[in-house]
Amino acid sequence: MEVCNCIEPQWPADELLMKYQYISDFFIAIAYFSIPLELIYFVKKSAVFPYRWVLVQFGAFIVLCGATHLINLWTFTTHSRTVALVMTTAKVLTAVVSCATALMLVHIIPDLLSVKTRELFLKNKAAELDREMGLIRTQEETGRHVRMLTHEIRSTLDRHTILKTTLVELGRTLALEECALWMPTRTGLELQLSYTLRHQHPVEYTVPIQLPVINQVFGTSRAVKISPNSPVARLRPVSGKYMLGEVVAVRVPLLHLSNFQINDWPELSTKRYALMVLMLPSDSARQWHVHELELVEVVADQVAVALSHAAILEESMRARDLLMEQNVALDLARREAETAIRARNDFLAVMNHEMRTPMHAIIALSSLLQETELTPEQRLMVETILKSSNLLATLMNDVLDLSRLEDGSLQLELGTFNLHTLFREVLNLIKPIAVVKKLPITLNLAPDLPEFVVGDEKRLMQIILNIVGNAVKFSKQGSISVTALVTKSDTRAADFFVVPTGSHFYLRVKVKDSGAGINPQDIPKIFTKFAQTQSLATRSSGGSGLGLAISKRFVNLMEGNIWIESDGLGKGCTAIFDVKLGISERSNESKQSGIPKVPAIPRHSNFTGLKVLVMDENGVSRLVTKGLLVHLGCEVTMVSSNEECLRVVSHEHKVVFMDVCMPGVENYQIALRIHEKFTKQRHQRPLLVALSGNTDKSTKEKCMSFGLDGVLLKPVSLDNMRDVLSDLLEPRVLYEGM
Amino acid sequence: MDTLIAQLQRQFRDYTISLYHQGFLDDQFTELKKLQDECSPDFVAEVVTLFFEDCEKLISNMARALDQAGNVDFKLVGSSVHQLKGSSSSVGAKRVKGLCITLKECCDSQNYEGCVRCLQQVDIEYKTLKAKLQDLFNLEQQIVQAGGRIPQVDI
Repeated sequence: MEVCNCIEPQWPADELLMKYQYISDFFIAIAYFSIPLELIYFVKKSAVFPYRWVLVQFGAFIVLCGATHLINLWTFTTHSRTVALVMTTAKVLTAVVSCATALMLVHIIPDLLSVKTRELFLKNKAAELDREMGLIRTQEETGRHVRMLTHEIRSTLDRHTILKTTLVELGRTLALEECALWMPTRTGLELQLSYTLRHQHPVEYTVPIQLPVINQVFGTSRAVKISPNSPVARLRPVSGKYMLGEVVAVRVPLLHLSNFQINDWPELSTKRYALMVLMLPSDSARQWHVHELELVEVVADQVAVALSHAAILEESMRARDLLMEQNVALDLARREAETAIRARNDFLAVMNHEMRTPMHAIIALSSLLQETELTPEQRLMVETILKSSNLLATLMNDVLDLSRLEDGSLQLELGTFNLHTLFREVLNLIKPIAVVKKLPITLNLAPDLPEFVVGDEKRLMQIILNIVGNAVKFSKQGSISVTALVTKSDTRAADFFVVPTGSHFYLRVKVKDSGAGINPQDIPKIFTKFAQTQSLATRSSGGSGLGLAISKRFVNLMEGNIWIESDGLGKGCTAIFDVKLGISERSNESKQSGIPKVPAIPRHSNFTGLKVLVMDENGVSRLVTKGLLVHLGCEVTMVSSNEECLRVVSHEHKVVFMDVCMPGVENYQIALRIHEKFTKQRHQRPLLVALSGNTDKSTKEKCMSFGLDGVLLKPVSLDNMRDVLSDLLEPRVLYEGM
Repeated sequence: MDTLIAQLQRQFRDYTISLYHQGFLDDQFTELKKLQDECSPDFVAEVVTLFFEDCEKLISNMARALDQAGNVDFKLVGSSVHQLKGSSSSVGAKRVKGLCITLKECCDSQNYEGCVRCLQQVDIEYKTLKAKLQDLFNLEQQIVQAGGRIPQVDI
């Protein structure tokens, strides 16, 4: 046989085998070509496939294998060299790729396996998360329960409701078998079972507070698991249950109001706790979960707060009730006081009248008795009676005045009066006593002091009299000066502004004495009632000590101020007061007030047409006297000698003025001759007045002895002439002092 | 603006006050002024004039009496001086009155020199007063003529 280049396949004998090989190769090729397609198709479908490179490789490998098998089909028959070349190329490539793939797979297959494990892990994780979510949901539900519970607890301020609700809600939320609350007793030594959820408890079931288990629970703010057999947990009737459910106890702080200190808010330190015991159902194999314990703790805190609110409310209700009671009591007291004042005023009014009447009778009759014939003994007794009753009358008046003053029911009686006259009157009243004590009193009235003023004359006089009287009383030697002036705005007290309004002014009176003086510390006490400084001198002077108090009240009523200045004991003191008075136009209403000795007489009054005779040798004085009398409205006849006088004098002349300046008694004898002349006639003789250069005792005696009715000192002023004429002609009106 | 009237009035016031302060006049003169009113508008003038006439008469009497040196009628002098004293006190001529008192004492003690001296002084004094009062009255006239009111002078 020749060796030819063409490779002759062994197409021989086993044609059947060849045929099967041929078909198998064909199917293998198809399969090998379709696998990558499938792969591509499915990979395209899936989104995630990390190993594309491997896929490509694997695809290439499969395709080449397929190609190889495909090319194998042509090698069954005789084939050309090209086919053999292709075949070889394909096989080489296939070999390369398959080796590469094999190498690759060494790396890849463990990865692929781990993916599997990761998948398993993730599945486990998902299952776990599901479980946990279930748990969280449960917790959230319990949280909702807590909120609802809190809401229920806090929606009421009644202590019992709070506690009952707590137990009920807790029982429901946590599905408890039993729930109990132990409260400390009043003594604090025992815990008393106060509330239970289901089972009835015996009354007064207590346990001592010092049990170790209780101390353990009270020692921490967390919920503590305790043994079901401890005395606080032994509440359920033993009914043969196997496994008693777990028991948890937590302390509930009982807060007092004073515990709410903002600074240590996190640690609410308090000594008193209540105990809350919670029992899970028996035979349930349930465990206390952490979240349930937390729930219990939270509830315990809320209950504490709710209880404290309830306590606050109770407190405030009690306080309000107390206040209402007090109000009622005060109202009653006020009404009683008013009734008492009214009763007193009525009493005073009645007593005023009732007491004064007999008083007047006593004083009047005693005075009358004094006028009758009495033995010295009797006179002494009557004088004492009179003195005592006068004292009593004064005291009565003072007391009545003072009580009316304090009520504010005293009214000033305003009227117009002469201020200057008032001062002179006061001085006249005091002068006798002052003279006896040898205390000269001087009165200084400021030139701008109004004469006619509007005010309460009687009370003003009382004030001045009281103060001047005090000055005299408490001075043993020295002198007293009374000054009255209109005060300007700079007064002593800074808060007392003196504003002289149009028709008002402020009168200031200063009474200075050089007596015992007052200790500066005693000055505030002086104006209090019934108080007197305890020096020896004053105790002997009597008086009830009301004078200054009354004066002060009168001064205040007159919108004024009164005070005393003293430099100390023994240095005298000055009493000063300001009062507000009204200025009146000079009106003649003043005639009725005060103590007129001689009413003010205007010019053309009783002297009009009065016929008088003036005898004076001196032309000038004669003229002057005539001028005086003419000014007063008289009709004047002038004579210049005794003889002429005798000749001219007639019954028409009411007054004869004769000059007796010349030494000797000739002029006086005129008086005698006039007397003679008129005793013979039936007519009233004229009044005889001497005009003399001096009014000493001898002159006066001479005048009297010669029957003259009066003597005037030359030169005569208008006022003097007026006064004398009034005295001579008006009937003598003498008013006694007040 | 000082009107004539105001000037005159001020002059009048000042002059009056000076008379009082210098002791020429005293309170009695004020009393006299009080007696002057519508009914007797010249009362003061009348009285004063009469007084000066009286002064003249009495002083001349006394001078004549004292001229009889060696045979002085002290009684007469005494009575004249008494009269003069009375008049001057009625009018308010203070200085004159004072001198009269001194003269009276001299007369009582029959002190011739003293009397003469005093009399001289009295003479001077009354004349001075007369002149001054004349001035015062002139001022008053001027004020009235100018149409003003005579001011009241409070001493």
